[in-house]
Amino acid sequence: MGRVKNKITITVNGSAHEVQAEDETPLLYVLRNELNCVGVRYGCGVGQCGACTVIVDGKALQSCDLSVVAVAGKTITTIEGIGSLENPHPLQQAFIDEQAAQCGYCATGIILTAKVFLEDHPHPSQDEIKQALSGHICRCGTHQRIVRAVEQAAQKMRLTP
Amino acid sequence: MSTTLSPRPLPGSLQTNRFLNQWLSIHAEGYVTMRPGKVEIGQGILTALRQIVAEELDLDLEKIRVQTAVTALSPNEGVTSGSLSIQDSGSAFRQVAAEVRELLLSKAAAHLSESVEQLSVKNGLIRSRSGASVSYWALTDEQLLNQEATGQASPKSAEEHVVVGTAAMRMDIPAKVTGVASYVQDMSMPGMVHGRICRPPSYEAELKSVNLEPVRVMPGVISVHRDGRFLGVVAEREEQAIRAQLALTRAAQWSEVPTLPPFNPRYLLKAKAQSECISQKGQVLFSPESSVHEAEYSRQFLAHASLAPSCAIALFEKDRYTVWTHSQGIYPLRREMAVVLGVEEDQVLVHHVEGAGCYGHNGADDVALEAALLARTLPGRAVRLQWMREEEFAWEPFSSAMVAKTRATLSAQGMITHWQMDVWSHGHSSRPGRSEGSNLLASWYLEKPFKRAQTSNPPLPGGGSHRNAIPIYEFANQQINNHLVPDPPIRSSALRGLGSQTNVFAIECFMDELALQAHCDPVSFRLRHVKDERARAVIEAVALMASWQSLQPSDGVTGRGVGFARYKNGAGYMAMIAEVQLAETLQVKNIWAAVDVGQIINSDGLKNQIEGGIIQSVSFVLKEEVKYDAMRITQANWEDYPVLNFTEIPQVQIQLINRPHLPALGAGEGTQGPVAAAIANALFHLSGTRLRDMPLTRERIMAAMA
Repeated sequence: MGRVKNKITITVNGSAHEVQAEDETPLLYVLRNELNCVGVRYGCGVGQCGACTVIVDGKALQSCDLSVVAVAGKTITTIEGIGSLENPHPLQQAFIDEQAAQCGYCATGIILTAKVFLEDHPHPSQDEIKQALSGHICRCGTHQRIVRAVEQAAQKMRLTP
Repeated sequence: MSTTLSPRPLPGSLQTNRFLNQWLSIHAEGYVTMRPGKVEIGQGILTALRQIVAEELDLDLEKIRVQTAVTALSPNEGVTSGSLSIQDSGSAFRQVAAEVRELLLSKAAAHLSESVEQLSVKNGLIRSRSGASVSYWALTDEQLLNQEATGQASPKSAEEHVVVGTAAMRMDIPAKVTGVASYVQDMSMPGMVHGRICRPPSYEAELKSVNLEPVRVMPGVISVHRDGRFLGVVAEREEQAIRAQLALTRAAQWSEVPTLPPFNPRYLLKAKAQSECISQKGQVLFSPESSVHEAEYSRQFLAHASLAPSCAIALFEKDRYTVWTHSQGIYPLRREMAVVLGVEEDQVLVHHVEGAGCYGHNGADDVALEAALLARTLPGRAVRLQWMREEEFAWEPFSSAMVAKTRATLSAQGMITHWQMDVWSHGHSSRPGRSEGSNLLASWYLEKPFKRAQTSNPPLPGGGSHRNAIPIYEFANQQINNHLVPDPPIRSSALRGLGSQTNVFAIECFMDELALQAHCDPVSFRLRHVKDERARAVIEAVALMASWQSLQPSDGVTGRGVGFARYKNGAGYMAMIAEVQLAETLQVKNIWAAVDVGQIINSDGLKNQIEGGIIQSVSFVLKEEVKYDAMRITQANWEDYPVLNFTEIPQVQIQLINRPHLPALGAGEGTQGPVAAAIANALFHLSGTRLRDMPLTRERIMAAMA
């Protein structure tokens, strides 16, 4: 006698998806394992590192401590939804231009937080960027380049909104 | 008369992997495959090695594909560690590519009926002065590279370099920032299932009882496995495996005994140690004497704390194991896994797939064995196993706590006449495949457990706990003693820089303490004691960069300090100046660094490594210490083990001193010691408070100032 499975539908990168997992499953595992959004990365499972950040109805949230039932009916954007290898988002391009990665594991979550941040802060100072990214851990020490990349992206996004 | 000739010496890892086709293949389709045995761990090594091959073969970077390391194909280059990949692998590739180019040119000369001198190469197309041409791709055949390197071909001179030394873009970053599967954590294969392990609460805990049955019937659970104290679950879905892991952990009853040392590195001073004098010059310093200056420095255990908990995928099929792992040493891992699994080495195929940055020996190897142990119970199904964050924080091997005691005397002229340093530490390596027994975690918990291999030190001159313990300053009289404490009560192994962080911290803080006694500026005091021109050059360069002012007192707001070392006494030279302020905590505002690692292969990759090393080292020094009590490692997450945050990073400025005619040296680890000392020296400059115990936390600073 298993738990009764409710039909939950979430919208991820523009497509509706009927969730297979149980209601209390963290969104992280649904995105990675049902939708193959592997750019959403497991780091801590308790919302402390930012590696699993996604955008839910316009807000950057950590998908590891968000149950899938809590986002039923909501619109979710993952790193795969904002750009691609062939057509990167200005933030992704800025990370490439600034070579703002060592291992790169933290980068996808940071890019999504930065995207939401830049929508409200088109002219950010370095300190504001650092503050905005303070929920993310980068263990390789690439912070300085990441801040530069976000600055560079802000500039480009102002020119071509 | 026959004599046994020792093989001709060849550069780097080519010495032990002597065939050209182990390293390179040239394909008629118009590209080259290179096969490094070293692996990418976020340090950009594959990009740098590719530049070396492109340079020697006169190819565009895009013509070169990289086969990541796999035991069936790749040369055995041991472990990717010690900032040695440019030295070991880079020098091998340079020689191989130079020889391959010569082979191709001589074949082209025959083909075109020209002399080799008449030929030039551009992106794989060989042209003669008369205008005839033939490509590498047309000339290649299977047998061409099936020969030993001769060591005869001469690589290009530095003046000819057009790719080496440039800031070639990293080949892996576009995929990583667009969410393309890049890590072993991202791999998926048909029918793949998910494993998790149930850990004991402490290293030596005994399993009293566990009822596996309720876990077996949980949704999605395929198997629950017990072998001694090794408990694992496999489920169809990842979240189901995690729920089963939690249930199993709740079901297991353990008995525990306190086995951990006091929460202070000084327990090492009282422990039984293997003591060894590692350097002796002139007279031994006798004590006690009023003129002897003494100090004692220490550091707690540190964690690698990779952002991604360790992960592996294993498949067991027809008596053979295939493993995908982010291990730094696929061949040593294979050797040790074969022993524990009871099979021959050729029954284990190990593929390297990137993980997140590891900075040394973390859980990567352990999780590979654990995945294989679970896969053995489910032939034909790939098992993906990832540690949870709390497992990584409790079970990875840490970097040993250390204590260093220094003593010295000064002459009336302010010169150091006698120098002594004693270092206490556990060993800094327990990597797999290096000694008797096993170093893979799960093997110690099986019904028939494997003997725990020794935690030891790599030998000098690189060294482990004694890495950088011998100063490169020139003292007429010196004695350095290493006290290695065997059998660490807290699992220990290699972390970026090994013992050098503490040893350089001790030497460079003590240099400042002695400079103060000698009424001498710290920068001048160092220059007074070092003749090596490259050492002097980085110290002078960093002083210039930071506009260092001799004997200038602090303005009460900021303090400045210097730190210097030549990593491993034979690798890169690094000099740093730190600028700090005191608010609620110690804040590092600026770091200036002057760096000489010989010939630069990729200037931006090098800067990226140095910046990263500096920022990570600031984190080590200000914040990091492994938390434990008498029984357990007590840290489970990033609140328990905080690291440097975006709002706390210093502004880092780096000056690279290129030495294109000198060998390229490793760069990744040499930052750790100089940064540590520069920060403590800057705190002293600011506050007059000398802190000798890392980390330099608010509590320690307040206590010292009170």
